[in-house]
Amino acid sequence: MTEDNSILENQEGKPKISFGRILAWVFVLALLGVVYIQLAKSQQGTIEIGAMAPEFTLTSFEGETFDSEQLKGKVVLLNFWASWCKPCELEAADLEAAWKFYEPRGDVIFLGVDWTDTTNEANEYLEKFSITYPNGPDLGTRISQSYRTTGVPETYIIDKEGVLGRVKIGPFQTYQEIISMVDDVLNQ
Amino acid sequence: MNKKYWILGLIIILTLVVVTPAIAQNNTPPTDDEVNSLAKNMYCPVCENIPLDVCGTAACAQWRQQISDMLGDGFSDQEIYDFFALQYGDRVLAQPPRTGLNWLVYIVPPAAILIFAFVVFSYMKNKQKPTTDPMVAEAVEEQKEDEDDYQSQLENELKKRL
Repeated sequence: MTEDNSILENQEGKPKISFGRILAWVFVLALLGVVYIQLAKSQQGTIEIGAMAPEFTLTSFEGETFDSEQLKGKVVLLNFWASWCKPCELEAADLEAAWKFYEPRGDVIFLGVDWTDTTNEANEYLEKFSITYPNGPDLGTRISQSYRTTGVPETYIIDKEGVLGRVKIGPFQTYQEIISMVDDVLNQ
Repeated sequence: MNKKYWILGLIIILTLVVVTPAIAQNNTPPTDDEVNSLAKNMYCPVCENIPLDVCGTAACAQWRQQISDMLGDGFSDQEIYDFFALQYGDRVLAQPPRTGLNWLVYIVPPAAILIFAFVVFSYMKNKQKPTTDPMVAEAVEEQKEDEDDYQSQLENELKKRL
């Protein structure tokens, strides 16, 4: 009789769930979650044209600060470059010439974002190509990460409302190509 | 008295003018080994997963030169690591600082090992422990009895034949 009762009790007893087992599952699920987020981030690709451009703050080598929020009302050409980047040299003179063309208007600004570079070499590069538009380091690579750049050179043209108008991956081939892209965004 | 002070001042100034450049000249630039001892603990974002000391790109060469310049200027190792982290982000460091999500790098591997050990230990323990499920225990007991019957029958048969 006693034996029978103990059998029934055992059969009706709930399965044992240990704290360690719960902890293990929580850990595994959390780990999978982190892996998923990282994978999703890496698979995002470049920012789509028509989407709001990520906000940024760039402090130039001269110490002037440019905040994307304050630049609304202007077309912004954001050019990522580095002094060690040979393809960047191909477009440097054309970018400067295009800047000289737009500078008097006042509603277009060119900003150079110097990516993973060293200051001395960056300044030498700017001098070599007589670049006069503002340039500054991508501190902590925060701007390039928010724009999900894949390398240098890359150029993002943002319209007056802060929407991404055009993207150029790789160097501009001609001065006219730059003018045409900026004009497109200006006329949107 | 005043003349004495003037002469003393002149001697000090002359000493500084002569000695300072001499000290500076003796301050030899850091060797490649010294630069690489720091560079091996860093990675540049251009060529991921290749330590800075063995990376052959122009970007990495510039970074190594930067380390060399900073060592020459008397920066400590930690100051150089901090500068690079500030300039290029925490991901350039082989050992990211213990802040925010970086903690995962330090916590996950040992935690995974502990949990794996716990799972293996639990599995082994459950395997050795006799079952408490009465149905299973009964089935095992019956199987054992059947095996015993068969074995004794087999032995009897063998004895008869021998």
